[in-house]
Amino acid sequence: MTHERETISGARGLDRDEPLSFEQDSPGRSGVDLPAVPDAPDRLGDLRRKDAIGLPGLAEPQVVRHFVRLSRMNYAIDYGLYPLGSCTMKHNPRLNERLARLPGIGDVHPMQPQSTTQGVLRLMSELAHWLTELTGMATVAMTPGAGAQGEMCGMMAIRAAHEARGEPRKRVLVPESAHGTNPATAAICGYEVDTIPATADGRVDMAAFEAKLGPDVAGLMLTNPNTCGLFERDIIRIAELIHGVGGYFYCDGANFNAIVGKVRPGDLGIDAMHINLHKTFSTPHGGGGPGSGPVVLSEALAPYAPLPKVVQRNGVYELVEQEDGPRVGRMKGFHGQFGMFVRALAYMQSHGRDGLKQVAEDAVLNANYVMAKLQDVLPPAYPGPCMHEVLVSDKGLDGTGVETMDLAKALIDEGYHPMTVYFPLIVHGAMLIEPTETETRQTLDDFIAVMRGLVGQAKAGEAEYFKEAPTMTPRRRLDETLAARKPVLRWVPEAPLADAAE
Amino acid sequence: MRYLPQTPGDRAAMLSAIGVDGIDDLFRDVPAAVLNASIDSLPDHQGEMAVERYFQGFARENLSPASAPCFIGAGAYHHHIPATVDHLIQRSEFLTSYTPYQPEIRQGTLQYLFEFQTQVAMLTGMDVANASMYDGPTATSEAVLMAHRITKRKKSIISGRLHPHYRETTETLLRFTPHELEVRDPVIGGQGGLADAIDKDTACVVVQNPDVFGEFKDLTALADACHAQGALLIVAVTEVVSLGLVTPPGAMGADIVTAEGQSLGVPLSFGGPHVGLFACRQKYVRQMPGRLAGETLDADGKRGYVLTLNAREQHIRREKATSNICTNAGLCALAFCIHVTLLGEAGLTGLAEVNHRTASLLADRLAALPGVTLLTERFFNEFALDIGRPAAPVVEALAGRGILGGVPAARLFPGEPTLENVLLIAATETVTADDIDQLVTALREVSS
Repeated sequence: MTHERETISGARGLDRDEPLSFEQDSPGRSGVDLPAVPDAPDRLGDLRRKDAIGLPGLAEPQVVRHFVRLSRMNYAIDYGLYPLGSCTMKHNPRLNERLARLPGIGDVHPMQPQSTTQGVLRLMSELAHWLTELTGMATVAMTPGAGAQGEMCGMMAIRAAHEARGEPRKRVLVPESAHGTNPATAAICGYEVDTIPATADGRVDMAAFEAKLGPDVAGLMLTNPNTCGLFERDIIRIAELIHGVGGYFYCDGANFNAIVGKVRPGDLGIDAMHINLHKTFSTPHGGGGPGSGPVVLSEALAPYAPLPKVVQRNGVYELVEQEDGPRVGRMKGFHGQFGMFVRALAYMQSHGRDGLKQVAEDAVLNANYVMAKLQDVLPPAYPGPCMHEVLVSDKGLDGTGVETMDLAKALIDEGYHPMTVYFPLIVHGAMLIEPTETETRQTLDDFIAVMRGLVGQAKAGEAEYFKEAPTMTPRRRLDETLAARKPVLRWVPEAPLADAAE
Repeated sequence: MRYLPQTPGDRAAMLSAIGVDGIDDLFRDVPAAVLNASIDSLPDHQGEMAVERYFQGFARENLSPASAPCFIGAGAYHHHIPATVDHLIQRSEFLTSYTPYQPEIRQGTLQYLFEFQTQVAMLTGMDVANASMYDGPTATSEAVLMAHRITKRKKSIISGRLHPHYRETTETLLRFTPHELEVRDPVIGGQGGLADAIDKDTACVVVQNPDVFGEFKDLTALADACHAQGALLIVAVTEVVSLGLVTPPGAMGADIVTAEGQSLGVPLSFGGPHVGLFACRQKYVRQMPGRLAGETLDADGKRGYVLTLNAREQHIRREKATSNICTNAGLCALAFCIHVTLLGEAGLTGLAEVNHRTASLLADRLAALPGVTLLTERFFNEFALDIGRPAAPVVEALAGRGILGGVPAARLFPGEPTLENVLLIAATETVTADDIDQLVTALREVSS
């Protein structure tokens, strides 16, 4: 391992540590200038705050530097390939950011009189049209806050539909490869989770599935393309079978980006599917949200869509906030993640139906290209073709002493964000690689060369380096056990605030 | 297509490297009957200029609070957002990254989440806070679920003066669980006998402070009443700027505090995305929902940050997780964090003071109008008026004059006869003396 010369400052050129904002306090300093306080009576009396809050004082230039320095410790799509399987880290067009900030769009208050919000209501209606057309479904519930809440909305619609017939039913079938949100969602809807095994080719085991069907099955939660990056070949038969016992088909739409513009989920027999606008339609992931998870619904479930919804009557758009019916209740405050609706609609308008089809085709092409070029050193977990992502196991590392996590950490030193690791859980040492359609062939070739090179180094007995990696990052591997055993979740001043103020 | 870099030549070479003839060979697992469905009703791709023009069309059809005196609150507030906030959150490294699964190259996100958690804990007067939720209502619903986990009891008491979106979101989350909600009537003023309703089956009491009509209350006695029966007090805050000026819920004995953080750094954006704040006592931390950033050491012994206490979460615990939530409101939490850092102690307390005194001035002016009665006694920046006639048409008439003149209480509580004449009015630092004159004049004219 090469060690660079120690510097006096501790910085290494452009790389430097940044203290917490709380450690840069100069009492009385502020980064804002406020209007004068109007002359009017105080109405809070003895309920005014007695103790200091404890916030540090920094001026604007310090604040800018603080956050710019923090930003430089982050990897991002705008910097390089981010092949985080299942998360769909594709290019985020900046046009969409500009449009979300237009006066009259970004600053409209959700409780304005509807006569003053016709444009934003029309925008929501237009996005709903795109979503139902692209999916071939009857309607869409726009309000869920992100994918997990979309799942909850869809599953609650299923439960509400069963209850309307006087039989809530008991079980929900979930493949063992499912994302953790699926069983967590089924549980919050009051259902028992019954796990379906996978076949040797990474799909639903039809025999096991059929054996589990019965009159107490409320529905099925299936991701398609599934979490192994594969299209469920038997999906139409699966839909027929679940409908045959009076159950409903919930599709986790996390991977809709693989088929958008090519296949309409409504044609597959699906009853409900959430769409992660931050995946398929490229609203920025923002370091962990905000997302947005509209749910498309079939005719059978449409009556259970939650409010509010936008309707058009005689050319006037109306936000329906109250209405009697068997609906799922309100999902969140106000009318959904509107700022994400703007970005998603801009993405759709830019691509058009022709571009969206190309999105799916190029995403699938790129993933299959990576699979083809890696398969002799990192064999895929299941035979291809794959869809938008390729799943490999750690078989290619057998006997090297290098594990999936070590390979991921070495990739970081090579300048890449790693793929998703150890998901799905059914594949040993899983690596889920999703290049997305916005990468060039050259970028993929470079990544492939690095992956092949690292596997070669692992096989050449360099496990020691892999265990140390990463070595060139702002921080080396972090002690997660220590963090969990003695949780330190906030900064605390060394001396109590009251003393510090005196 | 400007976002898709592969050329026809690239595609042909790649298909050949894969060993297939055409792209649809890669889609061969899709039943042929459903592949390449035509979607006739949608347009083809467009350039930037055309798309921007299309969106300008939407923008023109709305009245923006930036161009009209705005007195609308009811859970979202029109505040000034410093230019620095919007610049910094659009840094590529923040905007285009995801949940920090690889902490070595995500210290920027993890450190600001740690700072955000500290800010939220300080503002609410609580021990710890999580890395954000979708919004105030979803945070509140998760808090109720958490109270049931902690107490293993079945009943929650919901104040009638909790914002209806918070109540309805909670009802939705609990609908298919064994837990019951006892919802009180929306009566302006008074404690409404909440303390008397607490018994040994009560998991929690949920109140909003200031409440949906703007009234700010001392909750100390209510907290004591909860604790005497082993129940938890959950306090929801819809206007987080208030915490710069008022005694925080933690100092009144709250066990869990939820809040809507939109007022600091996050645009109104027609109601979302906003940012939910979630704070609690240290002893309950392992029952919290949502992501948590925690401090630790790296292999060289340097201080660093990771996502921690993951054993609570859905990707580990699956159906036994504390919440099904995965994504939160990361970028909105960053906006909040930057705005609070810019403000600092002096700025935030000063901002809160301007809000309070502006509202106080406005309340006195409006209450002096004939037929108008101020219903809220102790408020922060929002209050309720009885205007002596149905409020909804008055608000429409004000909009016709280019004034966003508050929210009719009936929009939040439809069919509640006692609230038909009630108008909710908010005033933030954006309200000028001229705005106040305009509202007073217009309200007098449309009411006469």
